Amino acid sequence: MTFSGFLSQLLQLAIALVLAPLLVGWVNKCRAWLSNRTAPSILLPYRMIRKLFFKDAVVAENASSIFRLTPYIVFGAMCCAAAIVPSLATDLPFARAADTIALVGLFALARVFMALAAMDIGTSFGSLGARREMFVGFLAEPALLMVLFTASLISGSTSLPSIVDTFAHRELAIYPSLAFAGVAFTMVSLAENARVPVDNPTTHLELTMIHEAMLLEYSARHLALLEWASALKLFNYSCIGLALFFPYGIVVSGTDWLALLGAAPALIAKLMAGGFALALIETLSAKMRIFRAPEFLGTAFMLAVLAMLVNLLLGA
Amino acid sequence: MSPQPLTLVIAAIAAWLMIGALGLARSRHFAFITRILFPAGSVVGLAMAVVAVVAMASPPQAIILPLGLPDLPFHLRLDSLSAFFLLLLGATSTAISLYSAGYFRTSEGTAPGLICFQYHAFLAAMALVMIADDAYLFMVAWETMALTSFFLVTTEHRIPEIRRAGFLYLLIAHIGAIAILLCFGTLQGGSGDYTFAAMRTMHLTGAWPSAAFFLALFGFGAKAGLLPLHIWLPEAHPAAPSPVSALMSGVMLKTAIYGLLRVTFDLLTAQLWWWGVVALALGLATALFGVIFAAVQTDMKRLLAYSSIENIGIIVAGIGLTILFKAYDKSLLAAIALTAVLYHALNHAFFKSLLFLATGSVLHATHERSLGKLGGLIHHMPWVAWLALVGALACAGLPPLNGFVSEWLLLQAFLFTPSLPQSFVNMLVPVAAAVLVLAVALSAYVMVKFFGVIFLGRPREANLAYAKDAGTFERVALVWLAAGCVLLGLFPVTVITLLDPINTMLVGASAIRTGESSWFLLAPISADRSSYSPLIMLVVILAIVLLTVQVVHRYYHGRVRRAPPWDCGFPAQTPRMQDTAEGFGMPIRTVFEPFFRIKRHLPSPFDAAPRYEVTAEDHLWHWLYVPVARGAEMLARLVGHIQQGRISVYLTYSFFTLLALLFLVR
Repeated sequence: MTFSGFLSQLLQLAIALVLAPLLVGWVNKCRAWLSNRTAPSILLPYRMIRKLFFKDAVVAENASSIFRLTPYIVFGAMCCAAAIVPSLATDLPFARAADTIALVGLFALARVFMALAAMDIGTSFGSLGARREMFVGFLAEPALLMVLFTASLISGSTSLPSIVDTFAHRELAIYPSLAFAGVAFTMVSLAENARVPVDNPTTHLELTMIHEAMLLEYSARHLALLEWASALKLFNYSCIGLALFFPYGIVVSGTDWLALLGAAPALIAKLMAGGFALALIETLSAKMRIFRAPEFLGTAFMLAVLAMLVNLLLGA
Repeated sequence: MSPQPLTLVIAAIAAWLMIGALGLARSRHFAFITRILFPAGSVVGLAMAVVAVVAMASPPQAIILPLGLPDLPFHLRLDSLSAFFLLLLGATSTAISLYSAGYFRTSEGTAPGLICFQYHAFLAAMALVMIADDAYLFMVAWETMALTSFFLVTTEHRIPEIRRAGFLYLLIAHIGAIAILLCFGTLQGGSGDYTFAAMRTMHLTGAWPSAAFFLALFGFGAKAGLLPLHIWLPEAHPAAPSPVSALMSGVMLKTAIYGLLRVTFDLLTAQLWWWGVVALALGLATALFGVIFAAVQTDMKRLLAYSSIENIGIIVAGIGLTILFKAYDKSLLAAIALTAVLYHALNHAFFKSLLFLATGSVLHATHERSLGKLGGLIHHMPWVAWLALVGALACAGLPPLNGFVSEWLLLQAFLFTPSLPQSFVNMLVPVAAAVLVLAVALSAYVMVKFFGVIFLGRPREANLAYAKDAGTFERVALVWLAAGCVLLGLFPVTVITLLDPINTMLVGASAIRTGESSWFLLAPISADRSSYSPLIMLVVILAIVLLTVQVVHRYYHGRVRRAPPWDCGFPAQTPRMQDTAEGFGMPIRTVFEPFFRIKRHLPSPFDAAPRYEVTAEDHLWHWLYVPVARGAEMLARLVGHIQQGRISVYLTYSFFTLLALLFLVR
């Protein structure tokens, strides 16, 4: 591990932390535009987080330590994931410690703790949210792994930076397996980030919420950390998608500070386009009943498995 | 000269038997049995584990004891594979024996002295299975193991359901034992020499190797709980006292894995690729079946029993993969798959014993096994709850704990399947990986249900407020197992290095490429392809968490107010509004509805305290077992016609028999 590699690692983590709420703000702005509403400021998520940090925390009387520990664990897991996913450059020394399987494991760790915290208070909505979140997770997680496996089979590595290295160096060609995987990945990302059509991030309507139901009992700094963590999760998923399917612009040759300077605008442009696409999907689709979710995610899983088979059949 | 490991192992077995005999001799001295004998058994277990670690790196040793049949004395042999399973037995039983010291009460249905004897004889029999080097001793030890565990399962023999569960277990154990016996009969190839040494040199031809393998798969599968012979597991585990469930699930199921490995890779000289496909398919079907059923259980020990079926499925799928790679001479991949198999066996022993012991403590504190009547125990039993959390996270396969490492290794083996000669198999492997991943993801669901419903939320019954935490012996035992889960998770390279002699012995390759892996970085093929370092991961997560806590608490006020739960402002909240076990399992029940035979007990509208209950039963029981049982009954009834109970009729039978004999012999 070189010193500059270490610096680049820290820089990318810092960029993830800073850009994540901004990405959420941008998606919300696009959603407002698309539905002909006056858009809130793009900085709104920052203000939310800041406001929440200054409030008094209200914790339920019967909450155990799991409830108070969870925001930190979830935030830590998402930061850790952000350190593995290449956003600007593929020179990530920490990625050696955790490959894509471990990355999915990290997401699962965060999910399990969220669900446990939601069950901790013993309210009806909390356990409802926990149950639904685990339900969505049990199909989304394998689908995500299958997408990553398809990429691993093409590049012969499960390490995310190595995969991106391979993909960025290849010629611009259409891989049929990647096309399947891309569709599957989009579907999984929608589900995992509590987006329409699986969940709705803006709802507090009891019957439909999944992710929000788990956050109901949280307030102040705990809520701020969880909001930040879910913004980071969206950022991580976006970066995984960009790295797998549009790796162009990422610095692949070690740490070249000048090149990094050029990679930053490319990343922001790609994220803006991705965020707009997300807002478009959300505006154009309707929320599904919860029991339609297995069909949706089952389709994603099948597409991902198909991607792997296509890859083996055609060798591409 | 220092004593040989094999001698020490035999001494440990003798010590266990002696402890058991002492318990039998002084069966009235309850304090002596629980405070002296069980802890002594625990020390013997620890010694066994230490000896086994040494023996794993040593060359094989054999000894012949002047016991047994006149022309077939007891052959004993200790090689790396035996030593590994002895390590598993020793390390797990250290904790379970210690836990038993605090667990058993005078009020059990069987006298404590007798339990002590059965328990230690069970341990000794399992150890003997692993060092047996001839078919006769193996079968004697195997049957002793089955019988002692049967008596342990039926400790509360006055309850009819428990007797029923015990008999079901005994029946399936014996059907399995017959298959194993036939397997050994096939392996000796007509030579009449039943030592394993002779079987190793025997080159079977034609269909005989396949016959031997499938008999072994059937026989050992019955013990391990492979589909469709899993039926006894969810009955016997809830019936047995918790330390016994832990021992059976954690260790005894692994003796079947040991037997399968021994027969497949050691006694049979060559493996065929399609055995691997069958084992892989069977293992994955078992894994998926087990985890789906675990998700809908309402009894905590049944839930864990189904989860054990899932883990056994994963292990057998790994064995199938190993066979496949070995048959195609991909020895490096075979070594990785085999490492994953052994690693997962060890992990499962630790986390499942931990979880079963935790349910034992919950059972003692609350006298309740049904998940729907528990809840909120983390406040009353913090030790048990936090240690069970470690076990649950490990069982869910989450990093950086041990369950994740073995699953990671297995997925690596799946993923780097180079082009195998058969394109059909090539296609099969990714699909198999998909099924495996699905089972692993569902196990997280199961564990959230298990832990969340028992320990979190609000107590669903009033008497739970008086639940007391586990005693000192039990705590130490749980800490030992939880520490095992953490350490096995954090230092995978050390463990794999320890396992490597087995890889060399069974598949002829080492899973560790020197130079790429270091003590903290696991990189089975090369660091560019895949690497994993739980230690660094843990340190980074902890660093970020601590830093966040520091920053948050330094720059912002730490004011925290305690208030009643908000719950969207819903005014009347009772603990009954939480998810029950049925409620939490509902989505899975709906999605996988065709898998179950569902019985609903709907409350009537006039019920003062309505309770909704759903039981999901196994189709296989009705499709496979009930018809066989009916057939057997019908046959018995037909035979029963002969039995008239009148002496004149029997004399007529004798007369006709004599006539027939005279006719034949003439």
